[in-house]
Amino acid sequence: MKIIILGAGQVGSTVAQSLASEANDVTVVDQQPELLKILQERVDIRTVVGHAAHPEVLQEAGIEDADLVLAVTNSDETNMVACQVAHSLFHTPTRLARIRSPDYLTHPELFSPKAVPIDFLISPEQLVTNFIRHLIEHPGVLQILDFAGGRAQLVAVRAYYGGPLVGHELRSLTQRIPKVETRVVAIFRRDRAIVPEGRTVIEADDEVFFLAARRDIPAVAAAFRRSDKPNRKVIIAGGGNIGKRLAELIEGDFQVKVIERDPKRSRYLAESLNRTIVLQGDAADADLLTQENIEDTDIFCAVTNDDEANILSAMLAKRLGARKVVSIINRLSYVDLAQGGAVDIAVSPAQVTIGALLAHVRRGDVVAVHSLRRGAAEAIEVIAHGDRNTSRVVGRRIDELALPEGTIIGALARGDGLVFPHHDTVIEPEDHVILFLADKRHVVDVERLFQVAITFL
Amino acid sequence: MHWRAIIRLFGILLMLFSLSFLPSIGIAFLYGDGQARIFGLSLLIAAAAGLVLWVPNASQRSELSVRDGFLMVTLFWVLLSLAGALPFILGLHLDLTDAVFESVSGFTTTGATVIVGLDQLPASMLYHRQQLQWLGGMGIIVLAVAILPLLGVGGMQLYRAESSGVAKQEKLTPRIAETARALWIIYLSLTVTCALAYWIAGMSAFDAVGHAFSTVATGGFSTHDASIGHFDSPVIESIAIVFMLAGGVNFAIHFLAWRRLSARPYANDPEVRGYGIIFVFATLFVAASLYWAGAYAGSWESLRYAAFQVASVFTSTGFGTANFAEWPLHIPLIMVILSFTGGCAGSTAGGIKVLRILLLAKLGLRQLFQLAHPRAVSVIKLGKRPVSEDVLFSVWGFYVLYVVTALLLTVAMMAAGLDFESAFGAVTATLNLLGPGLGEVAVTFAATDPVIRWLGVFGMLVGRLEVFTLLILFLPSYWRH
Repeated sequence: MKIIILGAGQVGSTVAQSLASEANDVTVVDQQPELLKILQERVDIRTVVGHAAHPEVLQEAGIEDADLVLAVTNSDETNMVACQVAHSLFHTPTRLARIRSPDYLTHPELFSPKAVPIDFLISPEQLVTNFIRHLIEHPGVLQILDFAGGRAQLVAVRAYYGGPLVGHELRSLTQRIPKVETRVVAIFRRDRAIVPEGRTVIEADDEVFFLAARRDIPAVAAAFRRSDKPNRKVIIAGGGNIGKRLAELIEGDFQVKVIERDPKRSRYLAESLNRTIVLQGDAADADLLTQENIEDTDIFCAVTNDDEANILSAMLAKRLGARKVVSIINRLSYVDLAQGGAVDIAVSPAQVTIGALLAHVRRGDVVAVHSLRRGAAEAIEVIAHGDRNTSRVVGRRIDELALPEGTIIGALARGDGLVFPHHDTVIEPEDHVILFLADKRHVVDVERLFQVAITFL
Repeated sequence: MHWRAIIRLFGILLMLFSLSFLPSIGIAFLYGDGQARIFGLSLLIAAAAGLVLWVPNASQRSELSVRDGFLMVTLFWVLLSLAGALPFILGLHLDLTDAVFESVSGFTTTGATVIVGLDQLPASMLYHRQQLQWLGGMGIIVLAVAILPLLGVGGMQLYRAESSGVAKQEKLTPRIAETARALWIIYLSLTVTCALAYWIAGMSAFDAVGHAFSTVATGGFSTHDASIGHFDSPVIESIAIVFMLAGGVNFAIHFLAWRRLSARPYANDPEVRGYGIIFVFATLFVAASLYWAGAYAGSWESLRYAAFQVASVFTSTGFGTANFAEWPLHIPLIMVILSFTGGCAGSTAGGIKVLRILLLAKLGLRQLFQLAHPRAVSVIKLGKRPVSEDVLFSVWGFYVLYVVTALLLTVAMMAAGLDFESAFGAVTATLNLLGPGLGEVAVTFAATDPVIRWLGVFGMLVGRLEVFTLLILFLPSYWRH
């Protein structure tokens, strides 16, 4: 596929890297030659220097025969205009853009072929907010990702000593929680993937990925660790867009405090939030944290736009007794450094965003993609089309499929229901198949598997 | 100060006001009570006085400033009260003190009286008293909703933020005339509905109209010595409760409800909600107390008298079916507290107003909250709307002035010879525009010293003009400029 990426920032360059490794023709446009140079040295892509919305620049990047344009520059307006130009002048088939400002996002009617022609909007702040909200709502989990429109969730938990299943074979899971349907799709032990089988024995410190319906998550998670107390008291450090939106979403169900440094912004937050307590001060001020009973806090979320400040305030909160600390970390190198050690959960906005972008880049009818384990693994939801003759999937039993190594079908969303397949389950047309790929390199094989023969069209 | 422009306006106002004697003349002829001459004479005097003020200044049309507004508003009440006192002097031969007290009490919708033997009074005189209250009620609504916000007084600034930018400019022009007309229509239709309801419930047409006037205006004058108790009818009392409560609701909210044809604005307004809640709880509490103290036979009777008396006192109307001052135990003080709370801002009711009480309560809670969370940024909100610190300060200032005024007036009344309970009752009756007080002044001010009545007049004016408007005139720097 021929793809043009506008903007070589955090998200732009990560996506470029990810797509180029999957045999796509990628061209990156940015105004800063230095950024492009660094990127080009690492990845096999073409680069063009210039303003991302100018027709001439786009033409130079080869937009005339591009399949997809992805506008992820810093400016919402540039992204919108670039999509307009791509649509009106060059008839680019698919246009994706990142829009940050909540003001634009509250008017979805703005983004239609007749107005601003953007096919899919990506709002990193919204995605990150939802991601953190899931973490707050489900204590003890590392990650929750939506599939099939929210009917199924992929959940990551870390197994602990004392968890009922730890030290036992995986197949005893169904005996322990007989009424709950779930499927363990992957286990990472000391950063290496293990294909889960019935005989696999769960060890402490394993990172376990399972698929389940939302209401069953606590029951399944409780099998791997002593059940966590539900979260009640939340402190959010940073009252920016993410902090504010997060507080708005959860203030009805949790006791929320927001710490914001800027007095004016604090006043604004206090005016627009209803039940949240807004504190004006530095999130890394130990006195302030102690004053606000940090030792009784269930979860502390550092969500400012400063990585170092986030990590330090999260570490401090942890030291002072917060039960769990979450931090937004933009730099990938810091994510590995901090996750699991200094902070309990590191949230990388780029990782969260890339999943949403990838869903639109994949061949085949891919609905959702989530990038996992910092890009090493991937979970995708793909719709099976066609029939036994035109498709290599539909009408076949699971054990007949030529799935690549380390790839597991976790669940099928069929109609309104959710099916956890066995080896003899037959895939029907229009099933949403949720797959887990322990190794991302096999994505191409999976795509090919789900492609429908030309005769079907 | 644009003295001559102000005088010109008052000339016009007096001439207009003189027309209000016409209905009384009509009533006098209708009932043949021989007062037509008195009202004719009053009309002539008022019109002549108006003419004298107007003619020399007819060409003075300079734009009035906001500062002039305070003086205008105060003089409006004083001057029209004086004009309204004319028939009392000429017809009933009251002395100046009594006549002015009666007239001010009418015009400020207080309802305290010095006249004994209402049942023997000529019909036209009774009608005049009721009409004074009705006009006073009309005046205060326009004043509170349309004019006081421009002067930055009265808690209604809160509502100003909601309207368009036009209102923020300080010019008393077309928008006010328009608002005033809409309020007039609402006020009039409430009165007509109320009068019809009374009439259907069994009052004579004369009583129905007269009581409708003083009910919607939350005034409390009656055409009978026994007030509403004269009719001894639960139906009439229920009607009175409904319309007293309606008169105590912010007319800006009535306006919104009328324009959108829905009850939503009432439910959405935090002040009206607080008003409703206070009414219900106070009624239940007082009814339970009455029942417990055995003041009435049975729970229904207790509830009936409690509901009526609470509505009457809470909206500062002052109608009576019972004398609450003689109720047992803690109940009289509960009624006094209710009276200080008062109705909604922008209504005909007196008192501190529910809006301010709500804000003060929130202010208090915030202070406690700040002790627990010293670094918290906390914004007081009314509904979902944040309230600015300026407004909170002005509310706080209002409260302090109001309470200090009440205390000083009580001291003055005691110095003038009332015992403590009566002095406090008299202040409650006048400053909160309630009417009936406690002790010696529980029913009438007739037996009191003239000084006390003049203090009462001052209290009524202070209460009616939302404290600031009148007290600013005593500030030396107001006159220097």
